[in-house]
Amino acid sequence: MSPRVTTPGEDFVRGVWRENPVLVQLLGLCPALAVTNSVANALAMGLATFFVLMGSSVLVSSIKRLIPKEVRISAYILIIATFVTIADMVLAAVVPEIHKALGAFIALIVVNCMILGRQEAFASKQPVGRAALDAAGTGVGFIIAMVMIGGIREVLGNGTFLGAALFGSGFEPWIVMILPPGGFFTLGILLLLFAGWEERGGAERAERTWRVPVTRRVSDVGPVAAPGGER
Amino acid sequence: MSVDLPTVSADSGGEAAETDVAVRPPASSVRLVATLAVAGALAGLLIVLVHEWSEPRIEAHRARVLAEAIDEVLASPASTDALYLENGALVDGAAVTADTTTLDRVWVGRDRAGVPVGVASVAAAAGFQDEIRLIFGYDPAAGAVLGMKVLESRETPGLGDKIEKDSAFVSEFRGVLAPLVGVKAGKATGAEDEVDMITGATISSVAIVEMINARLVEIGEPLGRWWSGGGSSAGAVGDDR
Repeated sequence: MSPRVTTPGEDFVRGVWRENPVLVQLLGLCPALAVTNSVANALAMGLATFFVLMGSSVLVSSIKRLIPKEVRISAYILIIATFVTIADMVLAAVVPEIHKALGAFIALIVVNCMILGRQEAFASKQPVGRAALDAAGTGVGFIIAMVMIGGIREVLGNGTFLGAALFGSGFEPWIVMILPPGGFFTLGILLLLFAGWEERGGAERAERTWRVPVTRRVSDVGPVAAPGGER
Repeated sequence: MSVDLPTVSADSGGEAAETDVAVRPPASSVRLVATLAVAGALAGLLIVLVHEWSEPRIEAHRARVLAEAIDEVLASPASTDALYLENGALVDGAAVTADTTTLDRVWVGRDRAGVPVGVASVAAAAGFQDEIRLIFGYDPAAGAVLGMKVLESRETPGLGDKIEKDSAFVSEFRGVLAPLVGVKAGKATGAEDEVDMITGATISSVAIVEMINARLVEIGEPLGRWWSGGGSSAGAVGDDR
């Protein structure tokens, strides 16, 4: 498991698309189902998660020599929880309406195992720069997935995108799409499309484009899903 | 003093780089505790700093939202002030002996001449999903609700959330006589105490009607005394109401 030499671009792009946390690794599904009933909520949740992931990865990577291995998971969780608390308070102070809509799910970023996964599998072993790129890629990938799900659900379920009406008054919103089942439908269909794209060779084409070896989903950084860790 | 368990730590570190396992000796218990204690202290300090910054902003926002809601349900009175329910009587802030933050309260709106036009009160009860909190205005002289605004609710999007988004339902509460009676849509007889329920959100709309009625029973008696006493506990007498 010696560190493979990758370019900065690969560190970033990997999380955005081919190892997209939601669409490929199936991590962070709790917020992806729960708060994607509108684009604004999905985006706010994505940005909050991005902030926590970036902060935690940079910090974990920079102090990795100081943390004894025996207590590393506790230390990571402490770091993540601190960033989540800060994000929670800042959102409440700056965008109270969005904070209200996201409710308890901001606090639940702590147990988003996409974040802990990146710390354990990547940031704790890599230099700060690579950890930051990896966090940025994974965070952007998460935001993309959230906004995709949120966009589909809001357009179909409410007839709007970011609150702007798209259709005339004749449009009857598919209310089920902004209810919990809509989250499952949307995620399921997206996963199906994504898996289909991969199966038809999308990943190999991506490999040629980005020169990333296709090791199928999980590269040298090892498996990231803790058993039973996903909420 | 060391109680390290090298085998356990090697196991749990299965995903860590082997170089770490090989190079680093097992850390002492003191070091483990110290690391977490220092990290915890730093995290706590950071959170307190951010809290100091954010708390006034959150409070200011809450106060602004409440002020706007009071203004809305009392139809923009010239001034509003809080009345506190202490020992079964409504008294204004200056006359309260206890800590005002612990007391139940209502807000009285006055016109330009200082005559009370109505009181606003918060009511809360379980809705369909979770607790609904709302504020409503009430005119004790006419015995009528002046308006209703939902402050907090997690009702079903598209159905239950009509209690705040459906303007027809919200406007039902303007000028309706208390105690309110919820009637199914289409069954209304035009009586002045009727509120049309929302089709598909019966539980949420009934909850609202009931929580307003319950709150009026709760504050009705002290409110009636306060109101008939001239609408002011600060000493202004001669109100011809």
